[in-house]
Amino acid sequence: MPFIPHTEAEVRDMLATIGVPAIDNLFDEIPRNLRCDGLPGIPAALNEQEIGRLMSERAARDGRPICLLGAGAYEHHIPSAVWAITTRGEFYSAYTPYQAEASQGTLQSIYEYQTMMASLTGLEVSNATLYDGASAVAEAALMAVRAHRRSRSLRILIARTVHPHYRKVAISTAGNQGLRFEELPFERGTGITDAAALQAYEGQDITALVIQQPNFFGALEDVDALTDWAHANNMLVIAVVNPTSLALLKPPGQWGAKGADIAVGEGQPLGVPLSSGGPYFGFMTSRMEYVRQMPGRIVGRTVDLNGREGFTLTLQAREQHIRRGKATSNICTNQGLLMTAATIYLSLMGPQGLARVAAACHARSAELVDRLTAIKGVRLAFNRPRFHEAVLLLDRPVQPVLQALQSAGVLGGFDLATDYPELGAALLVCATETRTSADIERCAAAFANVLRQVKHAS
Amino acid sequence: MQADPSKVKTEPVIFRHSRPGRGAFGQWPAAVPEAALADIPAALRRQSAPCLPEVSELDVVRHFTRLSQLNFSIDTHFYPLGSCTMKYNPKACNQYAMLPEFTGRHPLAPESQGQGFLACMHELQEMLKEVTGMRGVSLNPMAGAHGEFAGVAMIRAYHRARGDLRRNEIIVPEAAHGTNPATATMCGCTVREVPVDAHGDVVLDELRKAVGPNTAGIMLTNPSTLGVFERRIEDVERIVRDAGGLLYYDGANLNAILGKVRPGDMGFDVMHMNLHKTFSTPHGGGGPGAGAVGVAERLLPFMPIPVVGRDGDNYRWLGEKDLPQSIGRLSAFAGNAGVLLRAYVYMRMLGREGMQRVGEYSTLNANYLFKRLQSIGFDAAYPDRRASHEFILTLRRQARDLGVTAMDVAKRLLDYGFHAPTTYFPLLVPECLLIEPTETESKEALDGFVDAMAAILHEAATDAEQLKGAPYTMPVRRLDDVRAAKHLDLTWKPAA
Amino acid sequence: MTQVPGDLRFTKTHEWVRQLDNGMVEIGISDHAQHALGDLVFVEVPEDGRELAVGDACAVVESVKAASDVYAPVAGTVVAGNPALAAAPELVNQDCYGAGWLMRLQPANKDYAASLLAPTDYESVLAAEGG
Repeated sequence: MPFIPHTEAEVRDMLATIGVPAIDNLFDEIPRNLRCDGLPGIPAALNEQEIGRLMSERAARDGRPICLLGAGAYEHHIPSAVWAITTRGEFYSAYTPYQAEASQGTLQSIYEYQTMMASLTGLEVSNATLYDGASAVAEAALMAVRAHRRSRSLRILIARTVHPHYRKVAISTAGNQGLRFEELPFERGTGITDAAALQAYEGQDITALVIQQPNFFGALEDVDALTDWAHANNMLVIAVVNPTSLALLKPPGQWGAKGADIAVGEGQPLGVPLSSGGPYFGFMTSRMEYVRQMPGRIVGRTVDLNGREGFTLTLQAREQHIRRGKATSNICTNQGLLMTAATIYLSLMGPQGLARVAAACHARSAELVDRLTAIKGVRLAFNRPRFHEAVLLLDRPVQPVLQALQSAGVLGGFDLATDYPELGAALLVCATETRTSADIERCAAAFANVLRQVKHAS
Repeated sequence: MQADPSKVKTEPVIFRHSRPGRGAFGQWPAAVPEAALADIPAALRRQSAPCLPEVSELDVVRHFTRLSQLNFSIDTHFYPLGSCTMKYNPKACNQYAMLPEFTGRHPLAPESQGQGFLACMHELQEMLKEVTGMRGVSLNPMAGAHGEFAGVAMIRAYHRARGDLRRNEIIVPEAAHGTNPATATMCGCTVREVPVDAHGDVVLDELRKAVGPNTAGIMLTNPSTLGVFERRIEDVERIVRDAGGLLYYDGANLNAILGKVRPGDMGFDVMHMNLHKTFSTPHGGGGPGAGAVGVAERLLPFMPIPVVGRDGDNYRWLGEKDLPQSIGRLSAFAGNAGVLLRAYVYMRMLGREGMQRVGEYSTLNANYLFKRLQSIGFDAAYPDRRASHEFILTLRRQARDLGVTAMDVAKRLLDYGFHAPTTYFPLLVPECLLIEPTETESKEALDGFVDAMAAILHEAATDAEQLKGAPYTMPVRRLDDVRAAKHLDLTWKPAA
Repeated sequence: MTQVPGDLRFTKTHEWVRQLDNGMVEIGISDHAQHALGDLVFVEVPEDGRELAVGDACAVVESVKAASDVYAPVAGTVVAGNPALAAAPELVNQDCYGAGWLMRLQPANKDYAASLLAPTDYESVLAAEGG
């Protein structure tokens, strides 16, 4: 049998030691009528050669088109060293570092990760990851309720320019505890949160404001004004940020006069492949004063019996294995291996490399938008500075255009019809440092060609 | 076994390797002229560089390779951590999940550019239904606790859809994983704990008293966290069902019964599977996991979206429109897809017979180790019971007579080259070690572990002080956890 | 041997209550409780002015391996949380009946003591718990 090393002689010896005639006797405490005889619905075993062939064929079916999709998952160059080291068995096949003495490699990596993420976001403390960017928003809202001692309303204001899936996950996760998420509209001209809509909430008991920078449309919010407004109205500020962009953009800890209180986001851009949506990792950082309300694992530096530096999980009394029903979250398993990949990625990039990636994303995206909006029937939806994504308006329905582009080997972007029907025929496109000028030319040519063929009304 | 301090390896934090102007230049994109950034208002720009190290590619490779060498792992050590199922993670699972077409596929790519991927996901759903006896499977949850959340949220949605708004109480046995009560709280429910008896079974009279018109359901791990099968599961089911509650199966110990008994056949309405335990995807130093949920007929409409559907030869995502009563989305996209691919490869490699062998040989290994450790003088917490795929030893006697604790034994095992078993869980059993060998360990690995435990027991009787100072051969000795929590040092700061 | 001072009142959940001269009461956790928790690393005390009913979770005492709620033994208004505990939670371990007090309350009614345990009764509770 694959992966079971026992010889027949060993099995006989072991059964004799136990004192039973057959393996089946070891299941004699299970009521006989509940037992199943075999699993006929499972296919017969494949050996490694056979499964390799099958997987390679399936992968080949999916191909490798040029991708202008972003919308929360971004194609970046991943240095070879990142996954060569991350998949070393000592990282890959280790458990959660509860036995600190036998887990210093993982623990120190987390400590280094916490340092990098805290600095990148301009805040003081970081946890050791959550599931993904969406679940991190939900956890941040729950954390804000615990951290905000004077607010009892469970009301959270969330900008409509926050990723629509994040908003849905926040509701399906935190809604169970009675949190209510109220949407703030965006300005149609700029695609950023409408400052005029804020007035209606002044003087009310609201726990927190959630804003995303760059927002889902790629546009840059006026984060200083929004942060100051929220603080003036006694709300905590939850920042949802793209980690790559933080090499270029003001970190949440410096927004407004006092800075955001909690920052969260999707860590995938930091060395994690697209992989159909996961595994990614959610990051979370905050001010030190809220550390005891933070969900998830945290590593601290301390000393051993001999006074030597070492690392250990700390503040565990927040967590489910100790605090059970009163824990800050039920999270146990997190996304540790992706944290390792991100720490290696950030080490390879350093401050200059990451700044170059961010700048290249911005420049490539600008080039893409320039080329596409030069095509008749395509225009920019919003007049506002952007990071690396933009909303384009088409003069005809989006779906047929996307289908025709796909036939030309181009995934043309994310159709906003379902999440933002008010925008009409709108397409969210992205370019990162991985899009060469040749790629962009090819995409632009495909767009021009398709728009010549696809009718205005379908 | 005293270590030579000069040979103990440690590695400075990466920031200490940093030198201004150094870098992994080959990894950076070409510089962009500053003018290309001119459209971003200065007020929105970052003013000072983040604290990231300036190091070469070789610096990075050496640093993280050295860090990896400070870890115990399945690839390097026997890792009998109870309730965690630390079995071998086959290399093929990683290799084939990381084919470039799979890693490069965008989560929002159209279904037509993902039929190969979706076929794997659909077949995985079908195989998980078969091994659990459930009617539907959703692959979205990203860890066991996330699956628990999905399950309890579905139980709640089910009662609410029937207008039964009072049912807000979740019952858990007192020995349950901490995630069970924490999950109930996350779902806005209250927790009621029921005791277990001296043999590890739920006390039925107490369960009868605990259930009522407010009961939403019960969360059970079976075999339980005590390493034994809940023998009166049919009575438990009847009591909970008569009270109008649903039954949740915590799949943490599914490995023990794989191919022998199915949660669906035991009467459970909803469950999660830890694919990172039973289906051998890696633990990764704390994650990622995958906590797929399985449901019985009555909960099918409430499954988290998206789910993979099939029309003839065509696979597609089922979403809000197909499952309007769904508890909704739990992740930005569709869960830990890459982990799911690894589990798919593993299940196909085991096949229908290999899957049954998992339950059989994990149970064989546990019972063999259980018997041998008892024979050398360790006390079983439940000596009259069969072990499932794990079992509990209690060092209550050694703690009383010799002043040696379960933690001392755990730390000393590290010196012998074995990862420690789970200690101090479940909280119910004093000074306990929860030991799970898994089916992928050979007889000689188990015998080696018994030899080490025998030597430690001898040391406990002859030189308890030496034992209490363990470990001696690790990169660090025992760490000052009190200092870590009182004087929080959570990020590195350059010396002033 | 765990200490149970004769001039205090106790609860089954291991809080103690001291009547002060000015009509207020002082509240803390017992020697048994601090010993069971081990080295405290963090203590959270209630804000001034908070109204407490009997049994309200009003403080948290946290060690490395455990965290426990402290339940109000007496109804009343919080006058002060012990400000020294933020920097020195170990005071609870070192002097649980003195410098390690948790909070002071203005009791809502004068006959609060009737529902509390006398020292000898608390000793019986500890004996029954095997401690």
